[in-house]
Parts: sequence; structure tokens; C-alpha cells
Amino acid sequence: MNNGTITLTVNGKDFRGKKVEGKAGQTVLEVLRDNGVYVPTLCYHPKMPPYGGCRLCIVEIENMRGLPPSCTTPAVDGMVVHTHSERVVRVRKTVLELLIAYGDHNCLLCEQSGNCELQDLVYEHGIEKIRFKAEKILKERDISHPMIIRDSNKCVLCGRCVRACLNVQMNGVIDIAGRGSEAFITTFNNTTLIESNCVSCGECIQACPVGALTEKKSKGMGRPWEVNKIRTTCPYCGVGCQLWLHEKDGRIIKVTGVEDAAPNYGRLCVKGRFGYDFLYSEDRLKTPLIRENGALREASWDEALDLVATKFKEIIEKHGPDSIAGVSSSRSINEDSYQMQKLFRSVIGTNNIDNCART
Amino acid sequence: MTNSFVDFAKAKMIFAIGTNMTEAHPVASSFVKNAVADGAQLIVVDPRRTGLADYADIHVPIRVGSDIAFINGLMNVLIAEDLYAKDYVASCTVGFDELKAKVQEYPPERAAEICGISADLIREVARRLASVKPALLAYTLGITEHTCGMNNVLSCANLQMLLGNVGFECGGVNPIRGQNNVQGACDMGALPNVFPGYQKVDDPASQKKFKAAWGVESLPDKPGMMMPSMLEGLLDGKIKAFYIFGENLANSEPHIKHLENCLKAAEFLVCQDIFPTETTRFAHVVLPAAGWSENDGTFTNSERRVSMVRTVSEPPGVAKPNWWIFKEIARRMGHEWSSNSAQELWDNEISVLAPQLVGIKYRRIEKDGLQWPVPTEDHLGTPVMHKDGCFTCGLGQLIPVDWSPPAEVPDEEYPFVLSTGRRLFHYHTRTQTGRALGLNVLLPEETADISTEDAAELGISDGEYIVVKSRRGRVRVKAKVTDRMPKGMVWMAFHFRETCANWLTNPAFDPFTQTAEYKACAVAIEKM
Ligand code: SF4
Ligand code: SF4
Repeated sequence: MNNGTITLTVNGKDFRGKKVEGKAGQTVLEVLRDNGVYVPTLCYHPKMPPYGGCRLCIVEIENMRGLPPSCTTPAVDGMVVHTHSERVVRVRKTVLELLIAYGDHNCLLCEQSGNCELQDLVYEHGIEKIRFKAEKILKERDISHPMIIRDSNKCVLCGRCVRACLNVQMNGVIDIAGRGSEAFITTFNNTTLIESNCVSCGECIQACPVGALTEKKSKGMGRPWEVNKIRTTCPYCGVGCQLWLHEKDGRIIKVTGVEDAAPNYGRLCVKGRFGYDFLYSEDRLKTPLIRENGALREASWDEALDLVATKFKEIIEKHGPDSIAGVSSSRSINEDSYQMQKLFRSVIGTNNIDNCART
Repeated sequence: MTNSFVDFAKAKMIFAIGTNMTEAHPVASSFVKNAVADGAQLIVVDPRRTGLADYADIHVPIRVGSDIAFINGLMNVLIAEDLYAKDYVASCTVGFDELKAKVQEYPPERAAEICGISADLIREVARRLASVKPALLAYTLGITEHTCGMNNVLSCANLQMLLGNVGFECGGVNPIRGQNNVQGACDMGALPNVFPGYQKVDDPASQKKFKAAWGVESLPDKPGMMMPSMLEGLLDGKIKAFYIFGENLANSEPHIKHLENCLKAAEFLVCQDIFPTETTRFAHVVLPAAGWSENDGTFTNSERRVSMVRTVSEPPGVAKPNWWIFKEIARRMGHEWSSNSAQELWDNEISVLAPQLVGIKYRRIEKDGLQWPVPTEDHLGTPVMHKDGCFTCGLGQLIPVDWSPPAEVPDEEYPFVLSTGRRLFHYHTRTQTGRALGLNVLLPEETADISTEDAAELGISDGEYIVVKSRRGRVRVKAKVTDRMPKGMVWMAFHFRETCANWLTNPAFDPFTQTAEYKACAVAIEKM
């Protein structure tokens, strides 16, 4: 097509000869997704290079041999694509059954239950029994890392964690080793995660579609369906990453990156993802304190605030407003800094207000 | 930042100077790394071979504090070889002749000598920089935390204007802010010389505007003190009462011993925080505050994006939102303020008073934040400032600057230069990260990073405890021997109390910004 527009015909679940448009250079899956046509996937991730490993996004394309994976097949003008032909669905079911047979997928025992793409796909495909039996020798989990649990028994080898680490965060700490049914995800030199160069960004956990990568701190803290997701901004550095706080009973139990929002587009670092639970420390200041006979003692708000106001008035009276100075927090919200400089300028009467802008 | 973080991933040439991005701003660094994977060139200027340098086409290991000499050297080459953006300089900037005269004093050979690199490296970097348009410049505290910090910043701006790189997507001058809301605290007027929105306190029109808005008859019209002067003021008695909100100065400021003497001298010290800290030990009154996620509000990130911060739970005990505490003190001093939530403060006061923020209202940033300036309520924000070289205040000023050495340089007694900063797994004085499970496992203690050569000369092995001392103090700390450090340099962070770099750092300040020289002081190393 001269303007780069191509047209595909879709036959499938809800479609009988629907025409969809895409752009030259897109894959079949991209054209279908852009047009709201559903194709099941597991290894596909919109932010990563396609991998073509899981064989769930296979389709039947007229005049093409076999069942090509739609995520790696370039879309060509005039293609007629069957997304849910009998053959396609049969192969997908087999793929899913094999995944279950070779892994240790007991949803009762899994942290990810309710937020698992494999669980959803198995349900969607109406699988009721597994025709294959595989000898399962459970491998040991890697719990060496203080925040990340790696359970290769639940791994579906989609490679999303590998690409999250290599292509998104560009750390390249983990890779797929071995072949076929022997394949597994490991670190460079096959060490535990804590011994590797892992920077603990957790991008791999966020990318994992199943329960192979989970967070230690969130374990047992709440089921996906019990959780509210509250959008906020990271409290640490000046990048200002957008976060989803997973909240249950007024407590943050997990943090994930907001996928489609600037500036971070889903990415986080170790502090943004795992640095939230200082909030629940027993050390928190819970009541005003006043110094008396050299030591700090508990006081009421009225007592503490009256003391501050009285002292300030006294000092202004005796030494003038410029004998009072204050430093605002570059960690707290805008509204707090605004309010503090307003207090200093319009009430105390001094411009001696600064913030830690210089650290 | 003049530009946005999205540009970090799309730029074709990135010049990163004085920024340890992979540790201090990891997500920003991931975009730079993506750009490199897509074929961008990356030039990293840093005395240390930082994590980012591993991805660089060229790593330029200049000596600590020689940035201006280096950049003047680059500009010398750009002008001598006729590689600068002549049309842009002519139509968008002023001051070229003065700049040219100054950088002529920095031929590559001279600059190279100051920087401890080769003259050819300066030429190569200059030529490469000129070969890609636009190039994006990013810096962090490696530029600002020097006694010549302001001149360092001017140098970065000079270079980018000379190259014609300011005002375009994937170009610009981009300081990445250290703390989450430094940008916001400055925007809000928590600075001694400006009201919210950078309106000068000594400007009569601003005076009038804020008197009317705040319903007061007078407002102080002379710029106040910056923090270092306040601290000195505590010692000499000019400052009687000091109010510290959410900062742990006793660990985060240079020369802890001196700093603590300042705090001790306060007649009345108020600390408002979420944890007891080394600083609250000196307080006469401690006010317990709501923490992050315990009240609604907004943060403004380095790219000027105002984003929502939301409530998940109530603060512990009787702790209260900070804005409430300030409002209550005002009330007890005879001023009734009407705004009674962060949203009312923003929608009814801040966004009305700060011209850059007029178009931002809470309902507009329910989902995604907006980048100021946002002049009207249908404006979509400003991802790139000074679009196409049209500077907000007329023409871009090229301001010639001279190199000056750090206030304290190595000598026989203290032969090493100490530079300081943050590490990946902790944040500042660890009041928060030290209490988040797991982070102490990932980084349990501080180290003094030294070069392999120096370690061999001094007979120090990796992991051995050593003493690092300066004219101000000494710490016992584990040595980390690494080929990422250049000879003659020590590097430490300020995360842990006992081994805090600030026992050693020099309270020498940039004369204009009063930023402390955290990046350079002289130290000696001793085997235990
Ligand atoms: S946490 Fe980050 S660095 Fe570590 S393996 Fe996962 S993606 Fe890679
Ligand atoms: S997640 Fe990391 S990079 Fe992002 S804002 Fe927080 S501290 Fe900065």
C-alpha cells in the first residue's frame, strides 16, 4: 500500500471476516491487538522484543504452512488470519497441558493465585484434566535475596524476566540456560541471585506472568482480589516514578510501577519498589515531645504548639523576626513547603526560609 | 531540567557529567542505556568509572573539581575548529565574544593538564559532541556540590548553547534533582529570596500581590538567609530560634562536629519529622508528622512534572499533616488561614499565585501529572523549555567563567581527595531505607572506596578496616578496593552515622548558592 496501510481479514472467536487495518512493519499480533482482536499470549510483552517462545499466540494464516506465532510473523497486506480455528485451539490446549504437567502449579499453595496469566489461560481454555504425566523432581527455590523469591518449578520459560532485565532495565543479570525440558532461568555463572550482579530493581518480578518470581515482603499479606491499587509518586529520588500502591487494610503490601505513565513507564528501582515499609516502623514519632530538665517528654498538641507560638512571639519581640530561621523539607509535598514559607513570611515576618535544595 | 526523561531514551548523543545515574537515579539511567542500545553515543565525564561509564563510548576521568577547565577546553576546540552552532549563537544568544576570549585561555593542552587527561581526548570529545544534533546534557550533584558549583552550572549551559542544543527535544541542560521534591520546595518559595513561583521578595509588584493574597499589611522585603548562614547565625547569636522540617542536618551537612555545635547553640530548636533522628536530639520541641502516603498532596519531579501523592493510611499516634501543623502555629500567632486540605492549598492558593502553575488544578492531575509552565487550564504542559532556542528571558546568556580549584586540595598531610554521594541501596541518612526490610541486607555498612594502585601502595586489602581522616574528623571504615576508582581519590557516602562521610567533609560553600563542597576535601588514609 502506498501510505503503508495494510488490511488483514480476521476469522475467529467473535469475528467472521472482519477487516482490520495496520501499518506495514507491524507483526500480525500487533495489528490484531491494535484492533481489539484477542489472541492469547504468555511470552509476549508490549515493552519487550518478541520472543516467539510460548506458542500460545499461534494463528492459522491462509496460504501459509504450519501455525506461525503471531508475535513474530510480519503482517502482510491481504492476509486472512484465523485466531481461534479448531486446530489452533487444540494446539494451545496441548501447550497449556504440557506447561502444567512439567511445572509445579498448585494454585492453593501459590502466592500469585488470582493474578496469574497461566491460571487465567487454563480457565479460559476450559482445561479439566491433564493428559500428560511428567516425572517431577522439584528444584530448590532461590530464597537468597532479601526481597525476591525465585521458584523455577513454577517457571513457564516465557523469558519475560530475562528480557525485562536485559532489554528494559539493561542489566543482563539473568538468562535462559539449558535446552528443551532441561531449560531453566539462571544468573551469569549460575549463582544465587544475591551473589549475582542483580541491582534488585524487581523489573523481572513485575514481568513474570506466573508465580515463579514473587516478593518476600508481600508473601501472605493479601490476595490480589483483596487489594486496592492506589496511584502515587515515589518518595525517594527526583525522577518521580509513578507507583501503584497495593493496599490491604490500610497497609501497603506491595508496590508496582504504573505501566503507561511518564516518567517511568512501569520501571522502578530498588528503593521505589521495596523501600515503603519504613512507614510501619515502631520508631515512628507518634506524639509531640517537649524538652524538660534536659530530656524530651510526651506532650499534647495544644501544649507543644502553644509553646512554639509563645516562644516565637517572645523571640520576635526581643530580637526581631529575623532572629528566627527555618529549613523546609525537600522530601515532603509541595503544599507543606508552601505553608511553611507562608508561616515564615506572613506570620513571623522573615525571609529566613530555605530548603535542602543543595544536597 | 529543560527537557523530559522520555528524551533520555530517544536522544542520539548524551553527555553525562557528574552524575552517578545508575545508583542515584536508576530509572533515568535505564532510559540512557536504552538509548545506547538503540545506537546513541554516550560520553560520561566522571573521576570514577561509574556504572554508567560501562555503557559509554568515551569515559573521561577528569580530576575532581576540574569540570570548568574541561568544558572551557571543549569550547576552545569547538570555536578554534569552527564546530560550534554559528547561526544559533548569533540569533539566540548574547555574550559570544566574551566567552570566546575566555575559552581562548584554555587550549586543550592547558585544560588537559588541569583535568589530568590527554589533550587529544578533549579534542575527540568536542568533535564528537559537535557531530550529532542535538546532544542532551545531563548532570547531577557532581556539578553543583562544589565551591564553584554555580560556575559549573554556567559552563554546562554555555556548552549547550554554543552547540545550539537548548530548546530541542533530546537536547537541553538537564540537572536531575537529588531529592524527590527539591524542585517543588523551590517552586513553592522555600527559598530566602523568592515567593512561590520564583517571584522576587524585593520586587514591589510581588510584595503587593502577596500582601493582598495573604491578607497582611507587611511582608519582609529583603532576601533572607540561606541555610549555611542560618547555622552560623546560631553560633554567633543572630539566630535564636531554628525550625527544621523533615531534614536530618546532623548527618547530612558537612563537618558534623561543627554542625552539632551550631544546633546545640540554638536557644529554641523545633524539629518536625516522622522519626527521631540525630538532629531531633537537639530539639526543644519535636512535632510528629504524617509521612508519605499518610496525606494527599503533590510532588514535582526533576522534569517539572507535578504529580499526585495519595493517602493510604492514617498517620500513627496523633501525628498530623505538616501543613496542618504550620496552620495551627499561624493560628496561635493570630492568623486564621482558610485552606484546610492540600487540595484547597493547591487549588485556591498555590496555583493562583505561581504563574507557572496557574493551569494545574487537582482535577487535571488525577491520573498523569503536568509539566510546568502550564499557563492556562487547557494548556497541556511544557515537556521542552526554551523551544527552538527562544529563551524565557530574551536571549540566552553566554557567561564566561574561570576554573578554580576546590577550597581544600590534597597536600602532604592529607594526600587524598574525598568525594561523597549516595549509593544504590540507601537514601541519604537512612531514616527511611534503614527501616525498610531488606535494604540493610543489600548494603549493611559503608565502605571507603579506593583505587587498586593506592591500596597496593599502602598495603591495604579489600574489606580491611582503615581510618580515613580529614582536618575535621576521622572515621573507621571498611576499605573497598576497586579499579573503578582513580589513584589519589577516596569515595564515601553519608548513609551510616558512625561512618558518615560528613565527619570529614569541608563546610566550604559556593559564594552564590551556598552549596557545600561535598565533592572535594582533603583526607589521609591510615592502616589500623
Ligand atoms: S531484580 Fe532487576 S537486576 Fe535483578 S534479576 Fe530482576 S530485573 Fe535483573
Ligand atoms: S523508583 Fe527509584 S528511580 Fe524511581 S523515583 Fe523512586 S528512587 Fe527514583
